[in-house]
Amino acid sequence: MIGALTYVMVAAPVAAIVGCLVLRSARLSEALNLVASAVAFCCALPLPFLVGDRESLFWSDYILVDRTTAWVVMCTAIVYFLASVYAVGYMRLLNEDARLFQFYALFAGFGATTLAGPLMNSVGIYWIAIELTTLVSTFLVAFEREAESMEAAWKYIMVVSAGISLALLGTVLFYWGGSFVLGPTYNMTWSTLAAAAPQINPVLLTLAFLLVLVGYGTKVGLAPMHAWLPDAHSEGPAPVSVMLSGALLNTAMVGIFRFLAIVESAGPSLVPQLALVLLGAFSLLVGALFIVRQRGVKRLMAYSSIEHMGVVALGFGFGGPLGIAGAFYHMLNHSLNKSLMFFGAGNMMRAYGTKRIGQIRGVAEYFPTTGGLWLAGAVAITGAPPFGLFSSELTIMRAGLQPAFAWAVYVMAALLIVIFVGFMNHFRVMYYGSPADPPIARRLSAWCVGPMWAALIAVLVLGLWWPSGVWNYLIAIAHSGVGAPR
Amino acid sequence: MLIQHLHPLASSLFSLLAIASLLLSFVMLGSRWLRKYLYAFAAESWMIAGLSAVVGFYGGFPELYLVALLTFLFRGLLLPYLIWRIIRRLQVDREFHLIIQPSTSMVLGGLLVMFALAVSFHVAAAYHLELTVAALALTVMLSMKLIGFLMLAIRHEAISQILGLLVLENGIFLGTQILVPGMPLLIEIVILFDLLIVVACFGVLVGYLLTRVGATSSLELRKLVG
Repeated sequence: MIGALTYVMVAAPVAAIVGCLVLRSARLSEALNLVASAVAFCCALPLPFLVGDRESLFWSDYILVDRTTAWVVMCTAIVYFLASVYAVGYMRLLNEDARLFQFYALFAGFGATTLAGPLMNSVGIYWIAIELTTLVSTFLVAFEREAESMEAAWKYIMVVSAGISLALLGTVLFYWGGSFVLGPTYNMTWSTLAAAAPQINPVLLTLAFLLVLVGYGTKVGLAPMHAWLPDAHSEGPAPVSVMLSGALLNTAMVGIFRFLAIVESAGPSLVPQLALVLLGAFSLLVGALFIVRQRGVKRLMAYSSIEHMGVVALGFGFGGPLGIAGAFYHMLNHSLNKSLMFFGAGNMMRAYGTKRIGQIRGVAEYFPTTGGLWLAGAVAITGAPPFGLFSSELTIMRAGLQPAFAWAVYVMAALLIVIFVGFMNHFRVMYYGSPADPPIARRLSAWCVGPMWAALIAVLVLGLWWPSGVWNYLIAIAHSGVGAPR
Repeated sequence: MLIQHLHPLASSLFSLLAIASLLLSFVMLGSRWLRKYLYAFAAESWMIAGLSAVVGFYGGFPELYLVALLTFLFRGLLLPYLIWRIIRRLQVDREFHLIIQPSTSMVLGGLLVMFALAVSFHVAAAYHLELTVAALALTVMLSMKLIGFLMLAIRHEAISQILGLLVLENGIFLGTQILVPGMPLLIEIVILFDLLIVVACFGVLVGYLLTRVGATSSLELRKLVG
C-alpha cells in the first residue's frame, strides 16, 4: 500500500511532464499539472498514517519510507498542490501562453524532484536528487526572461552548485569513514552509515558533517550561504517562489537532519549541534536585519524564509525530543504559511504592477478579503498566537532552555520581536497608507484567492489544536534519530 | 583497504597523477586566457581518467575502466568542446577585470594547499595513514576544492566561473578514485551525466545572460541587492 502510494505520487508529476511536452497546449498542461498535483497530494496525505514503526524499503532498497520521509513529503505535496491551483490563476495573468506548456512541464518536474528527494535511501542518490531540483528550478526562476530573472537564475545555479559540491565532498568522506568498517564496497544508505558511525573516527565524522552542513545549508538558505535565496525567490513567478520556499528548503533540510542523526548515533557530540545553532542564530540575525529595511515585497518574504529555516536549524541544533518535534512541526507550519504569504505577495504584485513595497498602498481599502487573509498570514508568519508557528517556535525555544544553548534562546526571542515589528510595520504602511496610484487590477480570480483560504485555515487549526497523534508521531521521529538534550 | 597493501609502483603512479592534476589547477589559476583554462581543465580530466584506470588495474575494480572511459569522453572531450563552443560564440577570450593578479592568486593558491595539507594530515593521523597516498589524495582533493572556490571568487567571466565549478568537482572525482574506489559505480556514472546537464544549462544561461543583461561578467550582475 505504502509502496503503491509512493510510486503513484512521483509518477503522476512525471506523467504530467510527458503530457505537457507532447500536447504543447497551455490550457491542457495547466490541467495536467493540476491533476498530477492533486494525485500527489492525495497519495502523500495518508502516508504518515500508514508508515507506523518500521522503515519500508522499495525498488530494490533505493526508496525509503519512514516517518521522517512521510512527514516531509506530505509538506511538499501540500505546497505543490496549493501552488498548482494558484499557478492556474497567476500564470494566465502573465500573457505567456505560448511558453506556458514549458512552464508546467518544468513545474511538474520540480514537483517530482522535490517529492522524490526525501525518499532516496542511498546517500549519494539523495545528493543527485537535490542537484536535479536545482537544475529544474533554475529554468523556472529564469522563466520571465527579464534581466533581473536571468541574474537571479545565474546566481542561484552558481552559488547552489558550488555549495552543494561541498555536500558531495562530505558524502565521500562519510563513505570513506564507513569503508574502514564495512569494507571498500558497500551500499551507502542512511541506516548502514548510522550503524557504522560509532566506529568511524570522530575527527573524520565531524569534518564530514560540517562539509555536508555547509553544502546542504546552502540549499536550505542558511546564512551566510543564503546569497542566492532572496534573488531567486523574488524573481521567479509567484508559484515558483512558493515551491522554492515551502517545498525545496524542507527537502534539503531533511538531509541535514539525517546526517545529524548519523553523527549523533556515534554518541552525543557538541560540535555538530553547536554549528547548527550558530548557523540558525546567524540566519535569524540576517533575516531580521534585512526584513526591517526591506523595499521589495517578495524579498521580504524571502528573508522571512531564511529566518524560518534558521528557526528549524535551531530546533535541530537544540536537539532532544522537543527540539526535533518542534522543528518538524515548524516545517509544516512554515510551508503552509509561506505559501499563503507568497500567494498574497503575487496577487498584490499583479494588482499594483510593482514589486516595491513603497508603491503598494491602501490594500485594506481595495482588497478587503485578500488583504485580510494576507494580513492574517503576516501575523502568523511572525510567530504571533494563535497560529501554528507560535506553537512550534515556542516548542523550539523550550527545547533550547538547557545550559549549553540558553543564550541562543534569548537571541532568538529578541530577533523574533525585531522581525515582528519590522514585518508589521511594512504591512501597516501597505494597508493604511493613502495610495499614490490605485491598483491597475481590482479583481482577483478565485484560483488566486482560494489557496490563500486553504493555507490560512490550516495554519489556524494547527495553532489552536496540536493533535496528540501528531505530537506522538513527531516525538517518534525524534527518538529514531537525534540524541538527548544536554 | 586498497591503500594499505599497495604496490610501490602503483603508489608512485597515483601520486604522480594526483600531483599533475594539482599542478594543472595552478596553471588555470595562473592564466588569464580562457582557452588556457580550458586546455588545462581538459588535461586535468585526462589525468583523472588515467588515475581511474590505474586504480582499477591495481585495486581490482574492473568497473573503474568504464568510469575512466566515461570521464575521458565526457569531462575530457565533450565538456571542453561544449565550453569551447560557448567561448567562440561569446567572443570573450580573456578576463578583462582582474581583481587579483595571476601571480598573487597563485601565492594564495599555495597557501590554500598548505591549509589543505594540515587538515588532511590531521584526519589521516586518526587512521595512521599520514605517509600513504591516502593523505596525498585527501590533500589534493581539498586543495582543488579550495582553488576552485578561489577561482569562483576572483574570476568574473561566466566561462571562468563554470570552469571553477568544474575544478571543484574534479577535485572530488580525483579524491574519490583513490580513497573510495569501491564507491558504487552507479553514483559515479550518474554524476558524470549530471555534469553534462549542468553544462548544458550553463550554455543556455550564458546565452540568455548575453541577450538580456548584455554582458557575461558577473560584475555586471548588480540589479538585485538588499
